[in-house]
Amino acid sequence: MERPHAGRIALGDQLWFDARRGINLSAERRRIGYLPQDYGLFPHLDVAANVRFAGRRDRPDLLERVGIAHLAGAKPRDLSGGERQRAALARALAREPRVLLLDEPFGALDAITRRQVRDQLADLLKALALPTLVVTHSFEDATILAERIAVIHAGRVVQVASAKEILREPATAMVAELTGANILEGIATPTAFGSTIMLTHGGKLLSSTTASGPVQIVVQPWELELADPASSMLSDSVLGVHSDHGRLIVRLTRFTIHADPQDVARFALTEGEPVGLQAKPTDIRVLTPTEAPPARSGSPHPLSDRTHPLSDRT
Amino acid sequence: MRVTTGSIARDSGATGSVARGSGARDSEAAGSVARGSGAAGSVARGSGAAGSVARGSGATGTVARGSKQAWSGSVVGRLAVAVAVTLAIALVMAFLLLPIVALFTYQPVHDLIDGLGSKVATDAILVSLKTNSIAFAIMLGLGTPFAYVLGRRRFPGRSLVITLVEVPLVLPPAVAGLGLLVAFGRFGLLGHTLSAFGVDLAFTQAAVVLAILFVASPFYLRGAIAAFEAVDQTLLDVAGTLGAGPVRRMLRVAIPLASGGLGAAAAVAFARGIGEFGATILFAGSFQGTTQTLPLAVYSLFDANLDQAIAIGVLLIIVSAAILLASKLLLGSWTSSKSISPYREGPSSFAQT
Repeated sequence: MERPHAGRIALGDQLWFDARRGINLSAERRRIGYLPQDYGLFPHLDVAANVRFAGRRDRPDLLERVGIAHLAGAKPRDLSGGERQRAALARALAREPRVLLLDEPFGALDAITRRQVRDQLADLLKALALPTLVVTHSFEDATILAERIAVIHAGRVVQVASAKEILREPATAMVAELTGANILEGIATPTAFGSTIMLTHGGKLLSSTTASGPVQIVVQPWELELADPASSMLSDSVLGVHSDHGRLIVRLTRFTIHADPQDVARFALTEGEPVGLQAKPTDIRVLTPTEAPPARSGSPHPLSDRTHPLSDRT
Repeated sequence: MRVTTGSIARDSGATGSVARGSGARDSEAAGSVARGSGAAGSVARGSGAAGSVARGSGATGTVARGSKQAWSGSVVGRLAVAVAVTLAIALVMAFLLLPIVALFTYQPVHDLIDGLGSKVATDAILVSLKTNSIAFAIMLGLGTPFAYVLGRRRFPGRSLVITLVEVPLVLPPAVAGLGLLVAFGRFGLLGHTLSAFGVDLAFTQAAVVLAILFVASPFYLRGAIAAFEAVDQTLLDVAGTLGAGPVRRMLRVAIPLASGGLGAAAAVAFARGIGEFGATILFAGSFQGTTQTLPLAVYSLFDANLDQAIAIGVLLIIVSAAILLASKLLLGSWTSSKSISPYREGPSSFAQT
């Protein structure tokens, strides 16, 4: 579809594109299962005919596998979003692809359907065990669907790691922001056990990372605990409390935290009133404001990661 | 206390009047509008008081305005516009439909059918049928892939090519015929070469086909290019990933998706081709049995046998109307079937059956 200017694309031992050697295999010859954002079902063909287009013969087994065998004769416009996705998947599978490409798989779905569809898709992808590349803007979707996540910012791969790794050790402030973490600026002073961070707008946090000078600190909403403002190093004013899928989210002026109903009651959270915050020093990650990875990072530099997700044979 | 009356009347068969009820109280106002010329309508406006309708020719009246009510001006104005518009539409419709109606009612149906059975008519029908079918087949067979490439690929000079393709549209048909003659005639540009091969195009049935192609294909190409341009690139991309090469993408995806637009364009082109006169008569001549198409037959019969000419005319009208209807239906079904709304929520209705 698009011809890259430079680079190399290979799937296992098959070379698809190499700018230097002038190789560019056409889309028809690469065995890709591609699902665009609106699934790309042919509107003039029914589901069975759509699947037939790819495989040159009927594939009731594939329809069965994705759970829409009863819709074989339906036209795409009569299907719901989730059903269309499954029909498009069945069609892509009929091609016997070596890799699946899903572009924003839930973009075309409404909020209620997308959770259900997402869970079903996660199960299906696991069962298929095909190398799959999913493009999404939702970190939450990525954590549910993927074993490994590559975060791309301004056209560059910033970090490639598992969801757990990314949450624990975001490579840059942007990655941290993607995960929904709190990011604040401050000045770090090294200490015996790490550093003390004086936050720009008041308050102090202890980190187990040694650092010095202007820094950004990253802490996840569930890593902060409520405390008595009088006896805390850090306090912030309450903006509001709301519930999100059974979880309580407390919004403060500079932080967003997750809290228990008991804690909310214990500290009598009131709009406009300050509340104390504390966190474990190991949970306060320090990012120095450059492109370099965090000081304590145990993972390899993302840009020198030689094991590309798709070339991984294991 | 204010009593207001008013009326406007119009001559020449259409009369109307606005009468405002003369009630004894200030706040009472009533009006009504009446319209002549076969279509009667009335609007009664009132707040309690009754209105009256006055109709008559030559009636005159005055418009009196109550100072409390200031709506009279706009009502009168709107009414005048409405009547004027109705008249205008009626006139235009009459102008367009009258010739057709006249043709249909000129002679009894029985005579029409006889006229169509004459040798001249049947010859013309066969010539038209044969030449238009061949031209149509060439137009679709060669023109469709051409329009596909033009519609989907960007290349330098593309807009120039598309403009050139549309040139015959603005060329007067007689000039087109002249051009064809000069290009392909025996002593024309290509004519020498063709004669060397023993091919003599001018004044043959092949010439009719060429003339029809020349004037009709721009209609098809223009519509076909637009129809192909409207095809969703994503669907073609997906077809590619599913293993379809360029030809299969065109045949199995692009053409079905563009089919309504293609059909409508083809209908227009076909209608143009059937009715082609100027280029045909100059390039192919009007020889009964070989190059005399239906329109040419009308022209040649006009002096000698008006009845037969009219019979053929009626046939052509019926064919044209059928083509128009077909193109409307095709375009209608196309625009509705190509939409899949991406935002269908909830369980599918199909699953509930």
